[in-house]
Amino acid sequence: MSQKSNASGSHPQPLFEAVGITKKFGDFTANADVSFRIHPGEIHALLGENGAGKSTFVKIAYGLLQPDKGRLFWNGEIVSIRGPQQARQLGIGMVFQHFSLFDALTVAENIQLAMPAGESIASLSARISSISKDYGIEVDPAARIHNLSVGQQQRVEIIRCLLQDPKLLIMDEPTSVLTPQETEQLFSVLRRFAENGLAVLFISHKLDEIRALTSRATVLRRGQNVGSVTTKGRSNRELAEMMIGTKVKDVARQRAPANAKILFEVKGLNRAKANAFSVALRNISIAAYSGEIFGIAGIAGNGQDELMAALTGEWRAQQPGVIALDGIDISISGPAERRVAGMGFIPEERNGHAAVPSMSLADNALLTNHSLAGVVRGGVLDLAGMRAKAAAIAADFDVRLPEPNPLASSLSGGNLQKFVVGREIIKVPRVLIVSQPTWGVDVGAAVFIRTAMQELAAKGSAVVMISQDLEEIFAIAHRIAVLHDGVLSPAVSATKLTAERVGLLMGGDLADATNMASGASA
Amino acid sequence: MISMTPRKHIPLSLTLLTPTIAIILTLLAGAGIFGLLGFSPLGSLYTFFIAPISRPDQIGDLLVKACPLIITATGLVFCFRANVWNIGAEGQLVFGAIFSGWVALSFPDWPAMTLMPAMIMASIIGGIFWAMIPALLKVRFNTNEILVSLMLTYVAALFIDWLVRGPWRDPMSFGFPLTKMYSDAALIHRIDVPFVGMLGQLHWGVVGALILAIFGGFVLSRTILGFQIKVMGDAPRAGRFAGFSPHLVTVGVMAIAGAAAGLAGMVEVSASMGQLQPNVSFGYGFTAIIVAFLARLNPVGVIFAGLIVALAELGGDHAQIALGMPKVVTGVFKGILLFMLLAGETFNRYHITLRRAAPVSGTQEQ
Repeated sequence: MSQKSNASGSHPQPLFEAVGITKKFGDFTANADVSFRIHPGEIHALLGENGAGKSTFVKIAYGLLQPDKGRLFWNGEIVSIRGPQQARQLGIGMVFQHFSLFDALTVAENIQLAMPAGESIASLSARISSISKDYGIEVDPAARIHNLSVGQQQRVEIIRCLLQDPKLLIMDEPTSVLTPQETEQLFSVLRRFAENGLAVLFISHKLDEIRALTSRATVLRRGQNVGSVTTKGRSNRELAEMMIGTKVKDVARQRAPANAKILFEVKGLNRAKANAFSVALRNISIAAYSGEIFGIAGIAGNGQDELMAALTGEWRAQQPGVIALDGIDISISGPAERRVAGMGFIPEERNGHAAVPSMSLADNALLTNHSLAGVVRGGVLDLAGMRAKAAAIAADFDVRLPEPNPLASSLSGGNLQKFVVGREIIKVPRVLIVSQPTWGVDVGAAVFIRTAMQELAAKGSAVVMISQDLEEIFAIAHRIAVLHDGVLSPAVSATKLTAERVGLLMGGDLADATNMASGASA
Repeated sequence: MISMTPRKHIPLSLTLLTPTIAIILTLLAGAGIFGLLGFSPLGSLYTFFIAPISRPDQIGDLLVKACPLIITATGLVFCFRANVWNIGAEGQLVFGAIFSGWVALSFPDWPAMTLMPAMIMASIIGGIFWAMIPALLKVRFNTNEILVSLMLTYVAALFIDWLVRGPWRDPMSFGFPLTKMYSDAALIHRIDVPFVGMLGQLHWGVVGALILAIFGGFVLSRTILGFQIKVMGDAPRAGRFAGFSPHLVTVGVMAIAGAAAGLAGMVEVSASMGQLQPNVSFGYGFTAIIVAFLARLNPVGVIFAGLIVALAELGGDHAQIALGMPKVVTGVFKGILLFMLLAGETFNRYHITLRRAAPVSGTQEQ
């Protein structure tokens, strides 16, 4: 990296510039005349709601999409970026929001695919280990991707970029799965890059982070360039309002319910490792009260997926007495039976887990309603009823539809998430289990979803929310427990906790857990 | 640069237009090939497409030819929709024929009222039995159903071969590998159409095949069973989240496909052969895979796809007999027909635009 120190001086010429980029998909204009520039040594934010065209713009910069109109400049020279290979040759590295990793291959094999041919897996593995140690982002080069959590997969993406020694690093929502401490570590890495004259294009919804890390931001709204602004000295509210073009409403934590009874209880749940890369759950206990939002914080890959599967019934305990809904044992019931008992579930992954992308919204409504009375009669589906239900969910939960009863895949991420959340909340389940309710969702949709969960709790339901987003946990959870390495800490009232303390627990500092427990009292 | 974007809405006119164009292109390509080989282009096309269905009785024969394809492909659609790759319908068909054959040969004195239902049940059980081997191995040991079902096809073929040469051979068959003829009650009869009479070999099994395909379409689109199958095929994780069992669906669709193939075997023997012989199927189990995909995995579409493929088969036979056209040429022509239909499907589903590269790409323009 030493040869790049000459680039760190004052540079009037942008490293990378885009002028008048327009990109259409059919009738939909994803980018309309977007212009953007970034200088060497600059950390620049790209801000915008989900669907504002950030991903499209970034894909054009990385050569994955070709613009319909507009020009790209690299060091002042016009370039056409025909593909990621060429982008990498220029010196553009990218960490995607949606990872581009092959599930069946190992970490090292995935990285090898993006590197010039000729390097052996062994030497590459050694470099991966050393670079991951340097930056404190540990990943086993021999692990297979399908066994890694979302957070670990993202680390692979980051390391893959770092190995290519980029001049411009594009990071699409990189912090969404990190603890505050890890985020701070990542930021110091990125700042070190900037000091070395590298440019970082940083995309995030977390306005605190953008203000902490970046100096300037380019704001996109519905594909249009709203303008470039300095981020220092601006409030979150100002930035958010630029992004969505309207006033933002805050979500405040509601008061904890008084004299509530336990609605949902997990006692001593154990689950062995399914394979070498999954996490064993050890003696997990949860008691969620009526009217309460019970937050489970933790970094990805600490047993969230395993816990979620145990709570939905996709994985089941072999013996009763582990999970009870209002005193009735549901330990050995499957997801459909648990729904009949009055539970609702919202898993983290929208595509292919909470929803079937290739099916219509009516069919997706059926997915979690088929076991309820009246939906299936004598094996025959009530299709008209499901269409009406999907339309009702869309109307109540502000899901914007391109056409009546569209395919789930035709909705944007935020819209589909509102549908998936609405599909459960509209049933007013007595217990709602939700994982990462606002992952990859824009500010407006996140506010909407959090408010909907609060309203459900206010009706007397219990909400158990697994989230890696501490802001979110602190915004609405009444009590907080932390999941680390398959162990859940005792729950503590949110008013008695700080983000720093939870962050320590997320990092596995169990010495603090006892303090936390001692502070716990109902 | 070619860009393909999925059409949000496919107009009916396009759905009708694309196969029409595909068939016209096939005719043009076919005429070219026939001409190059020294056959009269128009005469060959006539022999291929028109001559085999120029008389009412030939239309009956076309339906008869399509009958086992429609029955088998209807079952396979369920498998393929669930992402379960049953390639062994041929073997399941053979076992349906064997089981129903055992009933027919063991109880020749039963009246049709009891013998026919018993044979139908036996053929379904036989097909399911043979399909359960790959299904249960997959569920229990995660074996690959493509390999297991395919290999079992050859086991089934050799098994029936041994039966008709050995234990089940008719002592009066002068050494030919044939069983005794079925009793009259075990045969599926031809249809005496009012005012028209017999239409070639048209038999009641064809009516059953059409009803089965339509019923299959209903099950797949309107019932919880079909919904489970589609969800498991498209997004297995979402299926488990919904509370469906992947193992049950795998076993279920294999059973459906096995039952259908077994039934096809029974119909083929009882309607066309009247006794078991070493070859009870002429690759119907494999051709049905093509039919299922040509129908876009839609049971009602299977009826039309089955007829098209049957016509191509009949036309090929006809051209070989009438024109002395080599078998490989008729095979190539069938291939072109399927290729054009499937390619047309792509144009139907995607909006395809050809355009000049975007201005940014022109580095040498400045």
